[in-house]
Amino acid sequence: MPSRWRVALLSVEGLVKHFPLGGARAWLDRLGGQAPRSVRAVDGVSFAVAPGETLGLVGESGCGKSTVARSILRLVEPTAGRVTFGDVNLTTLSAEPLRRQRRDLQMVFQDPTASLNPRLSVGRTVEEPLRRHTTLGTGERRARVAEVLAQVGLGPELAGRYSHELSGGQRQRVNFARAIATRPRFVVLDEPTSALDVSLRARAILLLDELRATLGMTYLFISHDLASVKYLAHRVAVMYLGTIVEEASTAELFARPLHPYTRALLSAVPVPDPDVRRARIVLAGEVPSPIDIPGGCRLRGRCPLAQPVCAEPVTLREVAPAHRVACHLV
Amino acid sequence: MPWRRLARNRLSFAALGAILVVTVAALLAPWLAPYDPDEPDAAVALASVSVRHPLGTDLYGRDQLSRLIHAGRVDLLVALSATAIALTLGATLGAAAGYRGGWVDHLVMRGVDAVMAFPAFILALAITAALGNSTANVVAAIALTHVPIYTRLIRGEMLKARETEYAEAARTVGNRPHQIVLYHLFPNCVPPLIVQATLAMGFAILTVAALSFIGLGIQPPQSEWGQMTAEGAGYVVSGEWWLVLFPGFAIMLTVLAFNLVGDTLRDLLDPRMRGVR
Amino acid sequence: MSELLEVHDLTVHFATEDGLVEAVDNVSFSVRPGEILGVVGESGSGKSVTAHALLRLIRPPGRIVRGEIRFEGADLLALPEARMGAVRGARIALVFQSPRTALNPVLTVGRQIARLYELHQHVAPAEAWRRTIEMLTLVGIAEPERRARQYAHQLSGGMCQRVMIAMAIASSPRLLIADEPTTGLDVSIAAQILDLLRALGRRTGASIVLITHDLGVVAEACDRVAVMHAGQLVEIADVHTLFKRPLHPYTQALVRSIPRIDREVAMEPIPGAVPSLLAPAPGCRYADRCARVLEVCRRERPVLRAAGASHEVACHAVEVESGTAVR
Repeated sequence: MPSRWRVALLSVEGLVKHFPLGGARAWLDRLGGQAPRSVRAVDGVSFAVAPGETLGLVGESGCGKSTVARSILRLVEPTAGRVTFGDVNLTTLSAEPLRRQRRDLQMVFQDPTASLNPRLSVGRTVEEPLRRHTTLGTGERRARVAEVLAQVGLGPELAGRYSHELSGGQRQRVNFARAIATRPRFVVLDEPTSALDVSLRARAILLLDELRATLGMTYLFISHDLASVKYLAHRVAVMYLGTIVEEASTAELFARPLHPYTRALLSAVPVPDPDVRRARIVLAGEVPSPIDIPGGCRLRGRCPLAQPVCAEPVTLREVAPAHRVACHLV
Repeated sequence: MPWRRLARNRLSFAALGAILVVTVAALLAPWLAPYDPDEPDAAVALASVSVRHPLGTDLYGRDQLSRLIHAGRVDLLVALSATAIALTLGATLGAAAGYRGGWVDHLVMRGVDAVMAFPAFILALAITAALGNSTANVVAAIALTHVPIYTRLIRGEMLKARETEYAEAARTVGNRPHQIVLYHLFPNCVPPLIVQATLAMGFAILTVAALSFIGLGIQPPQSEWGQMTAEGAGYVVSGEWWLVLFPGFAIMLTVLAFNLVGDTLRDLLDPRMRGVR
Repeated sequence: MSELLEVHDLTVHFATEDGLVEAVDNVSFSVRPGEILGVVGESGSGKSVTAHALLRLIRPPGRIVRGEIRFEGADLLALPEARMGAVRGARIALVFQSPRTALNPVLTVGRQIARLYELHQHVAPAEAWRRTIEMLTLVGIAEPERRARQYAHQLSGGMCQRVMIAMAIASSPRLLIADEPTTGLDVSIAAQILDLLRALGRRTGASIVLITHDLGVVAEACDRVAVMHAGQLVEIADVHTLFKRPLHPYTQALVRSIPRIDREVAMEPIPGAVPSLLAPAPGCRYADRCARVLEVCRRERPVLRAAGASHEVACHAVEVESGTAVR
């Protein structure tokens, strides 16, 4: 394990992000003599991404996967923990060095429309990272923009258009182009395909994988769509209620899911084959509030296999080579 | 294209035409006005509407059309300067309050609250009464009462824009905070700002006229619509109707035109509507 | 077989500022009693418009240009609006895509359901409330008494969708139209909603038209499937045939284009984009994306023809290749 961590391009150790509750609830807590409670969106997450690989981070809404992405990029300030990129500790970096790091550390957002400034043309949008991070002249920047647009499969004539003149698929390609314009080493993809139509989704996944391979990038791919993750990721980490419950290579995870939550999640994905009828593993109820997280295993209240031992704290441990699970019963 | 949509809406087009006419008349007043606005002519004192004096004359025989055209200059200039000052100041304060938040926000918003605690007209009235009613003071009074409009608007828009994904994207791409505000957030606040400024222009003209009507605005001999209306009001009983009707009509038409155009702009300047025909 | 719903040559146009958008083009299909019919397609395929047209919920600038919708013996398109109102909600009900916005934010969810009973079935408030709780229990909401007194914003997305379904089935409709009922829900919640719909279908004998873009949902939940592309219905078959032996080039491409977790196959995106529905060329609207396009495809709109038991396809190439074997 430590050997792999040493070669990691990005490593996250003990990441915690709590959002303090404001308003009446905090006031009531203080009145009751307790510390104000907080939403424990991310509650101790550690993982590492090796150069050139794609790590899939999956989980349902509210599990904290997007907060992990935003904490890595310091779009939100982590409450605790350490994010190391190459040999730089991103968590303690001050504003200007952090800004310079962004050349190598980019992000693609979930909503292809909302993440584009409606008043900037496609050309200006893709050019902006070059303006901020390079000393290229106007002509060189324009040439680079055309080159990047071609890489994502858009014609140079689109440079003069505005986002509302584009289709949804084209908008997401502009987002890809902006993210790769400075040839970053690491890109966080936050649900980049979930707003896309079925047929566009396939194309976006193939394009992302091709870009990674040709440009030598490393991805953190955040998604709730397990099928997309299966195609794009080399390794997968499954999140539930602010923690990682299982982590393994993609092939291993889909073939031998060990954590009850992973198994339930996989069994819920509808399979486009009417002749396949799988037993569905149903978890009782719904995801508890990240304010009042149960002690011990967080799945305990919903898990069909729960035992008394599950009230004990549980940590990720390696149960097979490079396969880590946080479950007492595995 | 907004232009074509505007053209289709005949009423707003007429309003835009009215603003253009008033503006052109104000700009070209010395050349357009048939007489010197301050030149008395006792021979035609209190003359009614005629071919020589299309809008009649006043007690001193001054041509009312000429006075009206020259008065428009003052009204528009005062309203425009007041709006420009209020807009610049308000937008800057609003942007700072909205993007920085924290104590900057508190300070700015409490200042705004203080201004807004007084009815705008009473405040303007108090300022001109206290500082003396020079044209500059009228501009300052109206500008001050209009600052909160823009501050609150831009602060709200900034708060909204700050949370958008494109603002986050602008950060990840490597923009510094002032670049995010200047290049990404502020341009997206401009359409409501233009709408608000257009509407406020009408209100500013009304305020100049009202201050002058009660004698605390623009002083004679400089002619001004509100002041002309005040002078003309005394003649309603004696039958010289043109003295109050035409200046009053000028105020009403101009204010209405700015309001109509402002409302139409509100519908047009939505970025999503651009390119939709 | 007597059909519950028969749709013939349904055509819906939208008059936009740019011209006439031919959103649904001569669509014909039927729904059998008690079955779940899936309608799949990309966005812009006209599947949602078709669903809304069944309830005559197309508003100007949209217009049902022609067609016939026979339901329980009457042509819905010929009914006066007053009688259509009685069909809507009571005999045919609609489950919307975004449950949270479809629910009234200022009424408790229980009140919203109870009101349906009071309005449509003229029962006393106490009885209406009793039935509301019963209905919420039926759709699998735990603690129905407490939930009924809550507002939409206090419920999770999955629970809102359950409430929507409870509202839809409150009047025991014969046909339930579910427009993307699981889109935007997490997989595990979506799976529960699908299970619920299927169970309700079996239990009440109502037919369900399930509009979706997700072939996985179709395979899991539907008995028969209609595939739409750019406003045209290209293929309709029972669910096994459709996945085993899809005939239309579009259906084949659609099946190959999706990432799947159940087997190791390459993903092949569908070439081209959904064509503009603004004054589309005559003929098959898939022609420009189709690898097997013939000259006739651009000239004549292919009509649905039987290609086997419970299998119809609208494709010139399939007709030519199968020669006279297809009747």
